[in-house]
Order: sequence, then C-alpha cells, then structure tokens
Amino acid sequence: MSFDRIKEKLNILADAAKYDVSCSSSGSNRTNKNKGLGDASASGICHTYTEDGRCVSLLKILLTNHCIFDCAYCVTRKSNDIKRAAFKVQEVVDLTINFYRRNYIEGLFLSSGIFKNADYTMERLVAVAKKLRLEENFNGYIHLKSIPGASDELMREAGLYADRLSVNIEIPTEKGLKLLAPDKNRADFIKPMLKVKNEIIQYKSEKKIIKSTPKYAPAGQSTQMIIGASGENDMQIMYTSNHFYKHFNLKRVYYSGYVPISYDSRLPQIGSAVPMLRENRLYQTDWLLRFYGFNIEEILNATHQNLDLDIDPKLSWALRNLHEFPVDVNTADKRMLARVPGLGMRSVHKILNARRFNKLNWEHLKKIGVALNRAQYFIVCASNRFERRDLTPEHIKGLILQNSKSKYTSMLSNQMSLFN
Amino acid sequence: MQNTLLVYDGSFDGFLCAIFYVYEYKIVAPKIIKISRHQEQLFSKTVTIVTEKQKADRVWKSVQTKCGNRGASQLYYAFLSEIESIEDTILEVVKYAFKSAKPVLQDFANTYVLEVSKTAKKVSREKHRMEAFVRFRLTKDQVYFANIEPDFNVLPLIEKHFRKRYADQQWIIYDLKRNYGLFYNLNTVEIIVLELSKDVTTNTTSEFFTDTELEFQQLWKDYFKSTNIKSRKNLKLHNQHVPKRYWKYLSEKQPY
Repeated sequence: MSFDRIKEKLNILADAAKYDVSCSSSGSNRTNKNKGLGDASASGICHTYTEDGRCVSLLKILLTNHCIFDCAYCVTRKSNDIKRAAFKVQEVVDLTINFYRRNYIEGLFLSSGIFKNADYTMERLVAVAKKLRLEENFNGYIHLKSIPGASDELMREAGLYADRLSVNIEIPTEKGLKLLAPDKNRADFIKPMLKVKNEIIQYKSEKKIIKSTPKYAPAGQSTQMIIGASGENDMQIMYTSNHFYKHFNLKRVYYSGYVPISYDSRLPQIGSAVPMLRENRLYQTDWLLRFYGFNIEEILNATHQNLDLDIDPKLSWALRNLHEFPVDVNTADKRMLARVPGLGMRSVHKILNARRFNKLNWEHLKKIGVALNRAQYFIVCASNRFERRDLTPEHIKGLILQNSKSKYTSMLSNQMSLFN
Repeated sequence: MQNTLLVYDGSFDGFLCAIFYVYEYKIVAPKIIKISRHQEQLFSKTVTIVTEKQKADRVWKSVQTKCGNRGASQLYYAFLSEIESIEDTILEVVKYAFKSAKPVLQDFANTYVLEVSKTAKKVSREKHRMEAFVRFRLTKDQVYFANIEPDFNVLPLIEKHFRKRYADQQWIIYDLKRNYGLFYNLNTVEIIVLELSKDVTTNTTSEFFTDTELEFQQLWKDYFKSTNIKSRKNLKLHNQHVPKRYWKYLSEKQPY
C-alpha cells in the first residue's frame, strides 16, 4: 500500500464527503460472529469531534468524486474545477479495517459521485461492503448511499451487507430541484428508497417465521435535506420531512445548513453565513415530532409557516396555547408533561418516578434538572408559590428572554454588533 | 457522636463486607473508608474489615433483589467513581432500600439517591468516553496497545465492550493512573501490571511499534482535518465534546 498516494486520495475524497451530515452509527443489531472483527450491536459511538463540533463516528468518504451530474449545490458537480480522485475497492477495505482495529471509527460511510451510470456506481459500493463482510468477517457498521436510479437487484444486494442505506433528497421541493439540479428528478430518488423500504418489511416478516433469514439493512434508511439553498420555508421543509418519516419509515431526516461553495447566481453567495440557528430549530421540531408526541400541524401551519428564531419551537407552541396551562407536575400525564417548555424527556421520566414517593416542589424540580426559567410560567407544584399574574404571551416571552442567555445571541442581534 | 471507622481493602467485595459488618454489629455511625485513604484519627473507633467473598456475595444478592439489577448496577457504577465518601452515600441508599418496599432508586427527590444517580451517570459517561477515545497502536509483537488515564476506575466496565468488538486481535488497555491494565490474549481477558516507560504516551519510535503504525496515525490525522468544515467552526462545542484532558492520548490531537 503506497501511503502517499492513499493520503492524497483520502484528503480529496474525505473533503468531498463532509457535506453529508449523517453520522449515526446506532440502531443496528449486528453482533460479532465467529470471533470476527467488530460489533455494531451497541449504541453508536462518536470517536472524536471535528473543530466544527460535529461527531466523527464513521470513516466518511466518497469512492470517487468524478460525477456526470451538474447539481448547482454540490461541490463535486461536473462543471466545478477541482482535483478528482478515485479509490480502488481494496483500498477502501484496507483503510476501514486498519482504522477500525485502532478504534478510530465505528465503521464505514461510503458515498460516491456518479460515474458512467447509476448501476455501475452502485455496483462498486456494494462490492466494498460485500468484501468487508465476506472476506474480512467485518461486523462493524456500514452505511451505503443508495445511488438515485439504481436497479432493484442492486438495492436488494446492498441491504444484505449494509446496516443503513440512505438517499439524499437534498432539495425539499420538486420545484427547487428542477432549478438547481435539472438532470435529476424526484422519481429517481424515490425508487431505491421505496425498494429498500419494501425489502425491510419483507425480510422482517420472513424473519418471524424463519429464524435464519439474513439481516437486511437493520439500521434502516435515512435522508438529508439542504437548508437555505432554494428558498423553501420551514413549513415546506418539515412537511416534506414528515411525509418521508410516515411513508418510507425513515429512521432519520438530516437537515444540513447550506455551506456556500460556488458563485452560481441561483444560490447564496460564498461568504454568506451558514444558517446554523435555523438548522437547530428544524432539528428541535424534528425531535418534537418523533419523541414528544407533537403533530406537525400544531407547530407549523398556514398561519405560522416559519419557526421563531429567538425561542425554541416548544416554547413557541406553548405561548400560542396558553389555555392548556398551567400543568400540575404532580398529577399531569406524560403527554402533557412532555409539552411543558423547559421539560425534556429525561426530566419527564424523573418526575414520573419521583412523584410516586413525594409531592414534588420547586426545590425537587430544580435538583432533578428542570429548566425552571422557562418552566415556571407553565407549571404548578406542591408549593403555594406560583405565577399568579395573568400574563400575555408577549410578556412571558419577554421575561424568559430577559432571564436567559442563548448561545445564538450574537446571531440574533447582528445589527447591534456594529458598535462593539 | 463517635464515628466508627470501617477500613476496607479498596475492592468492591471489601466494601460489601463493610456493609455486612454494619448490619451484623448494628453500627450506629459508621464511616466506610478504603485503606489507601485511611489516616489514624484520635476520636474514633477503627475496625479493619476482612474481605470474604461469601459475605460479599450475600450482601450483593440482597442488594440486587431490593434494588433490581439496574439499581444495583447504579450502585456499582457509583462505587467505581472512587469519589471521597461515596461509600457512605451508597450505604445510605442501601439502608433506605432495605427499609422500603418501593424501588427507591427512582426516588429522585431523596438526596442520597440523587447523588448516587448523578455519580453513576458521571461514571457511565466516562465509560462511554473511554470506549470512544481509546486509540490502539500496533506494537511489534502484534498487540494493539492503548493507554488511558480515566477520571474514574472504568476498566472493569469497558472490558466486555472491547472483548466483543476485537475478538480476533490481541490488545492491551492500560490505566496509567491506577497502574493496571487489561490484556486480551485471543481467549480471555487478564489483569496485568506492567513497567512502562514514562514517555509511553508520546513515544512514536519504531522501537516498540510497527513500521506502518505512524503512517496510519498520519492518515487518521489527515482525515480528521479534511472532514472539518471551516465555515462552521465551533471550538466551544468541540472542547465540550472532547475535553482537553483527554487530548494527550488521541492520535488526531498529537502535534507530531
């Protein structure tokens, strides 16, 4: 193995793969077999974090950054004048194994530019996964990209070796896609996603009858959308997201704030800020849908099409629905506790347990870790101290913002910083 | 009131025997302390606890029935924190559990329970970090070697994870702070004590490690750099996830 050559390729192909934000290595149930290498059955592990604060869990690379497509938002688009490189199948296998043995990574995340055609590319990706599983007895985590337009047979094979498959729909609306990636169409993304979804369902039901049925993509599917590249509002993004969760059983939808990489006039220009705060609010909404029992219509609807930037979406919902409050923490059910601003699911769980022993008061709640600066306006507990004033939503919001410091404060008050 | 100091050998079994002693002799104001922390005190009675596996097992069994497996393991995690006087906090929880009919480890309004729960959480976080931050280096003897200096004594907790994961390679994880390590010999995991040179963390010479070892470390460092997005730089978040005290054994953070 020539280290210099590998090094050069790794630099190019890791750099090109970094805009894919998916990093999870959890959700699989693949255990170590026959004294092989690796075990993907436990929860995921972030082995390190880059200086931008994102977790590094998998060796995330492209097989090649040669690409026949010219999508405006993509750094490896055909018309972009950059260095190109391609790994050989064996090189990726060797890198993965050697990194894994040193406990650098949980496994491999392999994506690729599209060279020749979809099937030709998908075939190479599958070849890497197959070699790792069959020749190296590797039981670590493998995440493969489903190449849009790949044939059903290849997708079927891919799922037999990979833990997770993902296809990035990238642009939340079809109109945006037409504008920025005229060579692609939504149907090509949907095809492999649908195939994998159906295979997962089928393999699962077969497994119930025949125990020896092989695993098929045990960690499911995910996708990613770019935020802030094509002018969608938050409602369009989250409704698309909700649609994919519901109809394709996705495990995750990732939101990736657009990092400007070109001077294309259709896109935000180089130097404009990455919409990190907006990205954060979208993730919070995503969590509210998946873990807190909210319906998308409650958070985003025709009269409320964008998320507030200065407060989180749960607080925003609560302020619009003050008639649901105050909630008594000693008697409320789990569903309603989860809706109180300042209560996370951990606190909810602790409250449910602790209140079987004692009536909880403010001291207890504080010790448990409830964010009282927000929660105090929405709850009552075993104490005669509680918010008695009839406050308007604006007033509560003002009080909360006054008494808390957001790490995003600097982003919210751009104008003020002129004088600092 | 006069304290009774119960001095045990530092092992978990020893600690359980101290609890046994408290119940056997109905000690009113016990203070359980490991021998390495013990200093003669003027106004208290001192008892040296003898570790007996049988007694320890008896205590552990009833703790498990009273607290449940999850609860019991929380107590064990808290014990491994080695925080000063955590023994007394655990004893309080055990007493509470033996008195009560409810699963007391869920009573988060109780000071001792909350303390144990928080400490166990800290230890479990450290365990998870060690599973993430261990960096093996391949030695000339074909053993993957890693050294760590965890805040808490987490080696007993991470053994299973590494045994399951690296079943086909020999490895050593060595705790420099507590001066013992785990060695997996392809069949079982042994506890070992080694004489290590002081520069073991920084030593990169080919005297110990294979010729390609440094090359792979270099590749990993390069990868770490290329996968970073500069326009999203957020060092505060970075340091929060990878606290500086761990940097010394992370290959990607080495200056060479």
